[in-house]
Amino acid sequence: MEFAFTDEQAMIAETVQAFFKDNATSERTRAAMEADGIDRELWTAFCTELGLAGVGLPEDFGGAGLGMVEFAIVAEAAGAQVAALPLLGLATAARAIAAGGSEEQKAQWLPRLVSGEAIAASQGIHGLTVVDNTLTGDVQFVPHGASADLFVFIGNDGAWIVRKDMPGVSVASHTTMDQTRPLATVSLAGVEAEPLADAAAAHHALQAGAWICLAAEALGGAQETLDRTVAYSLERVQFGRQIGSYQAYKHRLADMMVDIEQARSAVYWAACAVDEGSDEAQLALHSAKSFCADTYFMCAGNMIQLHGGIGFTWEHDAHLFFKRARSILSMYGNGDWHREQVAALIMGEAA
Amino acid sequence: MKLGFSQAEEEFRAECAEWLQSQLNGDFADIKGLPGMNSMIERRKDWEQRLAENRWSVIGWPEEWGGRNATIAQQVIFAEEYARAGGPNRANHIGVELAGPTILAFGTEEQKAKFLPGIANGTQIWCQGYSEPNAGSDLANVRTKARLEGDEWVVNGQKVWTSLAHYSDWIFVVARSEEGSKGPKGLTFLMMDMHQPGVEVRPIKQINGDAEFNETFFEDARCPADSLIGTPGDGWRVAMGLLAFERGVSTLGQQMGFRNELDAIIEAAKANGLAKDAVVRQRIAKAEIGLRLMRYGALRMLSNADTAQIDGAALTYKIQWATWRRDLGELAMDVLGQAGEIAEGEEYEWSALPNMFLFGRSDTIYGGTNQIQRNIIAERGLGLPREPRGDK
Repeated sequence: MEFAFTDEQAMIAETVQAFFKDNATSERTRAAMEADGIDRELWTAFCTELGLAGVGLPEDFGGAGLGMVEFAIVAEAAGAQVAALPLLGLATAARAIAAGGSEEQKAQWLPRLVSGEAIAASQGIHGLTVVDNTLTGDVQFVPHGASADLFVFIGNDGAWIVRKDMPGVSVASHTTMDQTRPLATVSLAGVEAEPLADAAAAHHALQAGAWICLAAEALGGAQETLDRTVAYSLERVQFGRQIGSYQAYKHRLADMMVDIEQARSAVYWAACAVDEGSDEAQLALHSAKSFCADTYFMCAGNMIQLHGGIGFTWEHDAHLFFKRARSILSMYGNGDWHREQVAALIMGEAA
Repeated sequence: MKLGFSQAEEEFRAECAEWLQSQLNGDFADIKGLPGMNSMIERRKDWEQRLAENRWSVIGWPEEWGGRNATIAQQVIFAEEYARAGGPNRANHIGVELAGPTILAFGTEEQKAKFLPGIANGTQIWCQGYSEPNAGSDLANVRTKARLEGDEWVVNGQKVWTSLAHYSDWIFVVARSEEGSKGPKGLTFLMMDMHQPGVEVRPIKQINGDAEFNETFFEDARCPADSLIGTPGDGWRVAMGLLAFERGVSTLGQQMGFRNELDAIIEAAKANGLAKDAVVRQRIAKAEIGLRLMRYGALRMLSNADTAQIDGAALTYKIQWATWRRDLGELAMDVLGQAGEIAEGEEYEWSALPNMFLFGRSDTIYGGTNQIQRNIIAERGLGLPREPRGDK
């Protein structure tokens, strides 16, 4: 038992934090928000120069090995800058293919995803019509769906790869509140999808990847809202004092730190539990997703309030955090759903 | 980063569990699962001695003082197995967790020889003399006076909220030794014998009807000149150093008690059907998540114990558990409904969950109120300016 980063993990954290701080600037993120919510230059640099897109993916197929702890470190750093990247697609689709795909599927897709050549997205398709491997219907709310070359769709009875260029696939992008991760509707008209060999393994890996990615992004974002608000509270003077010296203000910041520290425990508990194949992994994942999403939203809301009028402006970055936090609340199961899963795990089903 | 325990650690766990269970299902079955701190004191002292005879009373201490030099992981394991086996609250937890580590860290060799064996074997029970009627949150505003007369310190004043003073043998006292000094300067940290005519203890009845707290009065109470830790006037540094020990491994054992409380709520909810209620399920899930995060926060804190940097997990731990437990009491009463408001017998005495609800109101006060915790977090953790004082 050693619940602290190893030297190697601390080094990865330092590298990746510096990378996003230097490159995922407000200016560049805002430029991506005007387009499809992806900073291509950033994504290419992340995948090639930094070589961290393969974290948590098998080395045989271009991945970097390592595990979910290291992936969480990366997602935390990306989330801290609200970086406009298709990281969630990597966390879900690529992991689903790695866990449930055939050797051929892995060889075909993983090197391209890890190098940034192809962009992936994924979503659950529980309401769709599925006949053999033919999919028909609309898949809603696909994150970065309009930019994806490849989709992994997970249903009750299977998991499939769908290429954007397959006959019958059409994609409609939506103007989305969080412009750093716009949602799209992917319409499937009798699409002959390619099934993943082991759907259950794919499903499991996809969920774990999604929940850890979102929880870690939320942790990074929440910490950043706190740090930026602390900095502001030391600059801003009212009634002849720094506003950070007033208890009404500083206690709110303290409450943010209390929850953020718990969120940090949650993310790395879940990541470790998955990496170590612990019995607690499901409990940890549901705990992490729900707790971190709530923490981020609380912190981002406080960031706006504690900045006063400037925090409500388009010019200030507070809304980027606030909107990302809002989108994470609903993505891949809302808090009530995750907590109900926790309740079921500890006390059995309700019905 | 690793959460699992090694093979050797799992073997140590089995050894702990086997010994604890054999004792608590055997000679000490009468105090197995005993709640609170106030009942069956003599039997609990016997238990301390049995622990000590088998080197289980202070496992983190060096071997020469009765410990096992146990690693953090081993201490975690012991705390968990102790609670799992139904070990009662430690009669001498203030001695074992606060006084002992302070003496180990700052005491002279003579002091170690004088006090550590008695703490380790449970024959010297300790209490803590910090708070006073005018020194609560503003702890440095201590007025109890100590003056050196020949080869003795003579102490006059009053302490309050001294938990367990009514059966303690020793007390550590922060007293003002420099006439006219103010705040944290001019304080001295003294170790005093409770069994003397100048010390009087009066119990304070609490909202749950029990009396674990006391007022402690000093009227020309005495101790030898060498009873101080550190130097005269240096008591604040020692007192603050001691508070750091409060966040040690013992928190893991405390959490196992919380686990039992939450499990009792779940059982009550299953019994009365509320376990199927969606709102109650949400609240129970939140409590479960909070408890788990407390455990992993404590493990982070312990894993980072040897680093110099300010550790966020340690800084936020007190307000985290205190608030969680207060909320757990409210959940317990909502699950029990009005049945929770009726005592078991005619006396004003409460079963575990209603008692926890009442006692929980003190959790967010003692050891630094939630409001003081927020000041500490904001000032030390976030580097925010201190609140200006009104008396300077």
